[in-house]
Amino acid sequence: MRWMWIDRVVELVPRQRMVAIKNISLAEEHLHDHFAADPTRDLPALPVMPASLIIEGCAQTAGILVGHAESFREKVILAKINRAEISREATPGTTLRYTATIERMDAAGASTRILIALFDHAHAAAGFEEIGQVEMMFSHLDQNMGGAGRTGEAFPEHNFVFGEGFKTLLRTSGIPVP
Amino acid sequence: MTRDEILSKVRDVLVDALAVDDDEVTPSASLINDLGAESIDFLDIVFKLEQAFGIKIAQGELFPEGVTQDPKFVKDGMVTTEGLAALKARLPHVDFTAFEKDPKVSKVASLFTVETIVRFIEGKVAAK
Repeated sequence: MRWMWIDRVVELVPRQRMVAIKNISLAEEHLHDHFAADPTRDLPALPVMPASLIIEGCAQTAGILVGHAESFREKVILAKINRAEISREATPGTTLRYTATIERMDAAGASTRILIALFDHAHAAAGFEEIGQVEMMFSHLDQNMGGAGRTGEAFPEHNFVFGEGFKTLLRTSGIPVP
Repeated sequence: MTRDEILSKVRDVLVDALAVDDDEVTPSASLINDLGAESIDFLDIVFKLEQAFGIKIAQGELFPEGVTQDPKFVKDGMVTTEGLAALKARLPHVDFTAFEKDPKVSKVASLFTVETIVRFIEGKVAAK
């Protein structure tokens, strides 16, 4: 399954909150380039989850929450990242937890906040440590300027946002797929 | 709530939503031309205004939708008389004086200034 940056939905309160986790594995190929060893500078490899992919995981968590609110009828597009702060690197063998909440929502879209926490299995007693926060906005594509019928731009009829990957994730998390 | 208090809160909202400096947010500043607002920013601004002032703003109430895409309202790059009437009816908080003299579609963006929002909020707060 490609381009899924969350592994499991662990909690869903419709229209309010969704919690998802992402286990970081050394088997993920990009970690071998991010960052690879640099023998010329005598630097060892430093595998850390790219912050951009952490933000993508936040977007998938919040995006599913927003999509679920309208039974996945709307094409929910990430439209704006208002703020993103991540204070600690996430390394292989740790678990990230994204807690997304909807702050405001109407027919045109939604604004959301996502708290990022990290669980280090080597220090399990410490539990999840908060390491960041993201605020982002989603647009309901068909309800806005760029939507089909408004400016003549042709977007596909079917909901291309919530494809098979999302449906599988929901199903394996025990959430009924509409 | 005084006009200055409203302007101050509106300024906070715009600084936050558009990542601009305080002193850029003058009453005459155009949201699109001077402050760099894009379409999604208008939704962001509406949400933040609702929160800041404890009001509800319906979709299309503050910023219009669809008028300039309607062939009845636009001809050869100009807003028609009918279109202007529709805009005026939908947007009582907007000053059309300068726009009316040269109602180019490309100038619709310049109608939306910081002052427009302040006037809109004044109306909303008064009606509460």
